[in-house]
Amino acid sequence: MGVGITVERLNAFYGKTQALFDINIAVLANHATALIGPSGCGKSTFIRCLNRMHETIPEARVEGTVHIGDLSVYNGTSATQLRRRVGMVFQKANPFPTMSIYDNVAAGLKLNGFRNRKQLDEVVEKSLHASALWDEIKDHLHKKSGASLSGGQQQRLCIARALAVQPEVLLMDEPCSALDPISTGKIEELIFQLKEQYTIVIVTHNMQQAARVAEFTGFFLLGKMIEFDKTEKIFTTPSDKRTEDYVTGRFG
Amino acid sequence: MTAISVLTVALVLLPLFAIFAYLVYRGIGSINLAFLTQTPKPVGEPGGGMANAIAGSMVILGIASLLGVPLGIGAGIFLSEYGRNRFGDIVRFVSDVLNGVPSIVIGIVAYGLVVMRQKHFSALAGGVALAIMMVPTIARTTEQMLLLVPQAIREAAYGLGVSRWRTTISITLRTATSGVITGVMLAFARVAGETAPLLFTAFGNQYWNWKMDQPTAALSLQIFTYAISPFDEWHRQAWAGALVLIVLIVSAVAAVRLAVKHGTLAGA
Repeated sequence: MGVGITVERLNAFYGKTQALFDINIAVLANHATALIGPSGCGKSTFIRCLNRMHETIPEARVEGTVHIGDLSVYNGTSATQLRRRVGMVFQKANPFPTMSIYDNVAAGLKLNGFRNRKQLDEVVEKSLHASALWDEIKDHLHKKSGASLSGGQQQRLCIARALAVQPEVLLMDEPCSALDPISTGKIEELIFQLKEQYTIVIVTHNMQQAARVAEFTGFFLLGKMIEFDKTEKIFTTPSDKRTEDYVTGRFG
Repeated sequence: MTAISVLTVALVLLPLFAIFAYLVYRGIGSINLAFLTQTPKPVGEPGGGMANAIAGSMVILGIASLLGVPLGIGAGIFLSEYGRNRFGDIVRFVSDVLNGVPSIVIGIVAYGLVVMRQKHFSALAGGVALAIMMVPTIARTTEQMLLLVPQAIREAAYGLGVSRWRTTISITLRTATSGVITGVMLAFARVAGETAPLLFTAFGNQYWNWKMDQPTAALSLQIFTYAISPFDEWHRQAWAGALVLIVLIVSAVAAVRLAVKHGTLAGA
């Protein structure tokens, strides 16, 4: 089951440059929350703070508190432990090129020392079903490399890979930005099903996509969260002028 | 443009084929079962072979690879994953300088490090000398190959809760395997024919020797000794030895390439 996310006074920096200013947000469990905003507004930085990927960049640092369920992200939890509970799907599909489809999905478990072959088989099949890829690739699980799939399939493979470690939260950083409309449709459908079991935070450039998949939407601008509300409200009657300007296409 | 590239390819391949053809022409006549199975005969006695030198070369190269490959790959990992700083720059510079040090000087270093302490020449000393020569090539190619692995691949592993160290070994290094192996094979092929660093380390031996701490024969040394001798029979054997050495190197490189290709997936 998914868990909620609470963020309080989150500030993020790249060296001396501050990228996020005092972000406060409460993400509801088992819902999809979309983050929108123009390029460079900090939405990707923000979700990378949720699973501590931000700190993998040299000189990057974070202040403030984040709770994933009852887990304090920046206090007493190791980054590797945390990331097993918070899966991530990236902008560009990044399957491990030298691994078979099966090994890609099993990678998270195998590399963390899980070896039970039978259970691995089950998890791999279940994850590929969940990411709606199973029927397309079930005959080449071991023979084909992850990199040999089409772009849309690769992204669904990456989703399966993230699901295989059985996270509670799934972070998606513009997962459809490199995909054609059909693949995008498949992934959006998937998000709909996945939120029954996971809490989903999705960064998107595509406002229609936010409106289609997310119950809640946050609008970011210049490192600040301008408005966070029900998606419907953000797109129909936003309370902030800047949000209105953005969603009506007057800038950005 | 095509014509120019075809021409340059021909110019590159021509010397290689010329050398190989000439080696076959001069050497093939002296290669027989005795050459491959017997030790050298004393001066004046016909026959005999270089079996001990072939085996000795393999032992010395084995020791060199065992020492040099892990060290070189380890250094390459350091340079690419942890060496984006001043210390890394120093290591890079030192490694490039080491690459340019004449091989005979490296022989002297191994002489001082191993031979002086053991008080006699040995296969181990020869292996150490060759290993020192392998390290910079392997380290720098490994670094370059690891840097070619997109950051996104590392992030994918981090995102799954895989530790940085594990990611480096199981994901980054594995993704770069074929390039890293190319570097290893380059280094191997380069040192396999080295003579100078073995002159006062492995030293050479007219008899069989399987002990790592005893003077050991090597093909390149045997070729050198025979080639500068005044005897026609030894000259012929030197040609044969050179041919055997080249064939051994080519087959070692080809075998590794084949093994890597066999382990690669469709579409990878």
